[in-house]
Amino acid sequence: MSNTALLSSIVLLPLLGALINGLFAGRLPRRVVEVIACSTVIVSFLFSLKAFLQLMALPVGAREIHAHLYNWVAVGNFRFDVAFYLDPLSSMMSLIITGVGGLIHVYSAGYMSHDPSYGRYFSYLNLFTFSMLSLVLGNNILLMFLGWEGVGLCSYLLIGFWFTDVQKAKAGKKAFIVNRIGDLAFIVGVGLLLGLADGNLDFTYLRKVTALRTLYLDPMMVKGICLAFFIGATGKSAQIPLYVWLPDAMAGPTPVSALIHAATMVTAGIYMIARLNFMYALAPEVLTLIAGVGAATALFAATIGIVQRDIKKVLAYSTVSQLGYMFLAVGMGAYTAAMFHLMTHAFFKACLFLGSGSVIHSLHGEQDIIKMGGLRKKMPVTALTFLTATMAISGVPLFAGFFSKDEILWKAFTNAHAGMTTVYWGKIFFVVGLIAALCTAFYMFRLYFLTFEGEYRGPKETEKTIHESPVSMTLALVVLAFLSVVGGYVQIGFAHVHLLEDWLAPVFAVGSLNVVETMGHSWEYATMAMSVAIAGVGIGAAYYLYMGAGTKIPARMMEAAPRLYNFVWNKYKIDELYQVVFVGTYRSFAHFSHRFADAFVIDFLGVRGTGALAQGIGRVIGRLQNGDVQRYLVVFVVGLTLILYLWLQ
Amino acid sequence: MINTIPIHYFLLLSAMLFTIGMLGVIFRRNALIVFMSIELMLNAVNLTLVTFSRFRGDSSGHVIAFLVMAVAAAEAAVGLAIIINIFRHKKVVNIDTMDRMKY
Amino acid sequence: MALILFFVFAIAAVLSGICVAFSPFGNNPVYSAIALIMTLFFLACEFVLLHATFIAVLQILVYAGAIMVLFTFVIMLLNLSKEEIGEERLTLTKVVGLVVVLIGLTYQIGRVIWAHKVAPVTLHLTDGGPSNPAFGTIQDVGVKLFQDFLVPFEVTSILLLVAIVGAVVLAKRKI
Repeated sequence: MSNTALLSSIVLLPLLGALINGLFAGRLPRRVVEVIACSTVIVSFLFSLKAFLQLMALPVGAREIHAHLYNWVAVGNFRFDVAFYLDPLSSMMSLIITGVGGLIHVYSAGYMSHDPSYGRYFSYLNLFTFSMLSLVLGNNILLMFLGWEGVGLCSYLLIGFWFTDVQKAKAGKKAFIVNRIGDLAFIVGVGLLLGLADGNLDFTYLRKVTALRTLYLDPMMVKGICLAFFIGATGKSAQIPLYVWLPDAMAGPTPVSALIHAATMVTAGIYMIARLNFMYALAPEVLTLIAGVGAATALFAATIGIVQRDIKKVLAYSTVSQLGYMFLAVGMGAYTAAMFHLMTHAFFKACLFLGSGSVIHSLHGEQDIIKMGGLRKKMPVTALTFLTATMAISGVPLFAGFFSKDEILWKAFTNAHAGMTTVYWGKIFFVVGLIAALCTAFYMFRLYFLTFEGEYRGPKETEKTIHESPVSMTLALVVLAFLSVVGGYVQIGFAHVHLLEDWLAPVFAVGSLNVVETMGHSWEYATMAMSVAIAGVGIGAAYYLYMGAGTKIPARMMEAAPRLYNFVWNKYKIDELYQVVFVGTYRSFAHFSHRFADAFVIDFLGVRGTGALAQGIGRVIGRLQNGDVQRYLVVFVVGLTLILYLWLQ
Repeated sequence: MINTIPIHYFLLLSAMLFTIGMLGVIFRRNALIVFMSIELMLNAVNLTLVTFSRFRGDSSGHVIAFLVMAVAAAEAAVGLAIIINIFRHKKVVNIDTMDRMKY
Repeated sequence: MALILFFVFAIAAVLSGICVAFSPFGNNPVYSAIALIMTLFFLACEFVLLHATFIAVLQILVYAGAIMVLFTFVIMLLNLSKEEIGEERLTLTKVVGLVVVLIGLTYQIGRVIWAHKVAPVTLHLTDGGPSNPAFGTIQDVGVKLFQDFLVPFEVTSILLLVAIVGAVVLAKRKI
């Protein structure tokens, strides 16, 4: 199998599935739809695995596979090929997308079994996988942008999957519009980059250009491009200030939340910045900004997560928070740490979402954790896998999240690059990250305790119907839980071998060139100890407040500071703020445009004004032409006299 | 001798007749009188033509004057027919009542 | 001698011309028609002074004869009563017209006088070209008409034909 065939089948198989399911959805039996949808992604995963093995067989410095399909646009200097590019980074991403994606497809077969729009759902899901793969495997920024827009579209379609519910349709619209703002910045970035890179947007070419011409590139231009791409990333990856769509995106089916809004699509921003690390190396100030935004988002979202009661909302804010960690890592120049956390996060967050989906499925749509409890006895597999993933995200030692989060915190503590005005920035980010980790451990275990432990608090009649989910769903849970445990060992430092770091090193070679570690390795154990202690405190507090003696305390705290509670409960009123500042301003501008530009200038002055002008002129001129020939003659004589006078001057 | 009359005498006579005709056209209400004033103006022009023809010793001006007369005849025929027609409809021949294209 | 004749005819022509446009005898168009015939006659006399004998004859025959007969005929046909003729009206337009026309005429005459003062050269009738003994005779004009102006002459016949047809169509009650 040639490289071209291999890479294009990885990308195009899901598209084939999407086309078949989309075109013949109504006519195919459920079983066939399911098999097509799952098999295309699973085969794609197998191909990804094959490509990964092929890549591994190559020497370290030359781990690149190119697949040129055809030339799409060639205008003057500007050349745009449809071509795929496999390097360690995209290989890893494609494995995550097709692997986790395949599991979620299998899970969906169980989860969506009662839904009438089965075919449409799988068509969208396959289309998403295709878009995400072209985003990751595209060898130039335009193809990446194509995938970027494709995943945005699929996200919109799947959030509003149950479009008959107006709230859900609105959530989809919100996600799309907020993403659009980021995408605009992306487009601006692409445009600026076109000028900088002589019309060639291939990643390999860009890397060469930025490496060779460092001195010739306009630094402000590079910074502008990097900033534009980062703003694009904040839209797609739900960072401050464009994170608002992600919590609302939970309106979609839960597997969608797991796949798109936790494991893959939202990490596209991190992938993009990691992919362009060679450019961000030239704009260290932007990197510091990214780290700051990431840290702020991590803490901000975590605090909101503490008080949420909707199981999926908690997970959504947790996702925003974890994405913040990844941006923090990227901003510190620790691309490997970011990708590492991206991977482990994909495992445990997908597991958590699928677990919550299993719970919701079993409770017939109930999402309020206050009305749950004691589900562990009824759903042992779900409970166990959920607990595993919760421990992973909370940073319990030896679970995947522990390694990846700890690495990010360590890198924040130790790394320094030219964009940092002072090394204390890293320390500040470290402390913020630690606090966010505390919050994470707390709210995740709060979630676990309230859902699975204690007594059932929901209505009695539904209690009897609670059951463990079918095998197709638990299978994915088990696999993902297993990965949330072992996923962290790929990067464990043993005899100076870090598997993942060595694997990704060639990709990030340029990006990590100017990043230095300022602290000794002995500090690594100190930070590790601190994060473990923090996680312990968080878990302990959650146990004390929701399982142990202090179960009354949360309610009392709520009463003690109702304003604060309500403020956090309402997500710091950010949506309302945006509503007033942006939507309100836009509305009043639109109103003004309507009243002034449309109604006054165009309608009144333009349309009616032209008519009135013609009428008015006609009325005046018509006075002259009243049929009185003698008056005509006088006018004629006056004119003639004037002409004679002027002529004979 | 007859040839010693200065040329501008004729021209001034022509101008005066023309002006009288024009004033008649401007002032009078009666369409027939207006018409006759127009004839007067045409004759004033004819006088000019003939004067210059004499001055240049070239009788082309006479030919033009002849053509002007033919035109005047045609015009009189059609114009008077129109006046008759209007009179039939409106019972007046005042020019300030003739302000429509169609009756 | 010629100058005296010129002045006699000129003054007569102007006076009768004034009678055409602003008849002192009344508003009846018959007065105007008669005055116009007189004007045409005096102008024919002026034409004779200009050696335009053919034109002068035509003036009498065609103009004062045929056309003016047509006019008189129509005046008689309409037989306008005093009420039908109505009163003359003075409008602003007419006043403006009068002022402009008089100003224009005065200006032109003034220019001529002023030009004569600046360069006191008087052009006489035959100063422009060589005099021809046959000038203005029927033969002379006829040769011109049928040689140099043949096409306009023939077109004139078409014009007259059209005028006849038009006049019949317009004036007849029923066609």
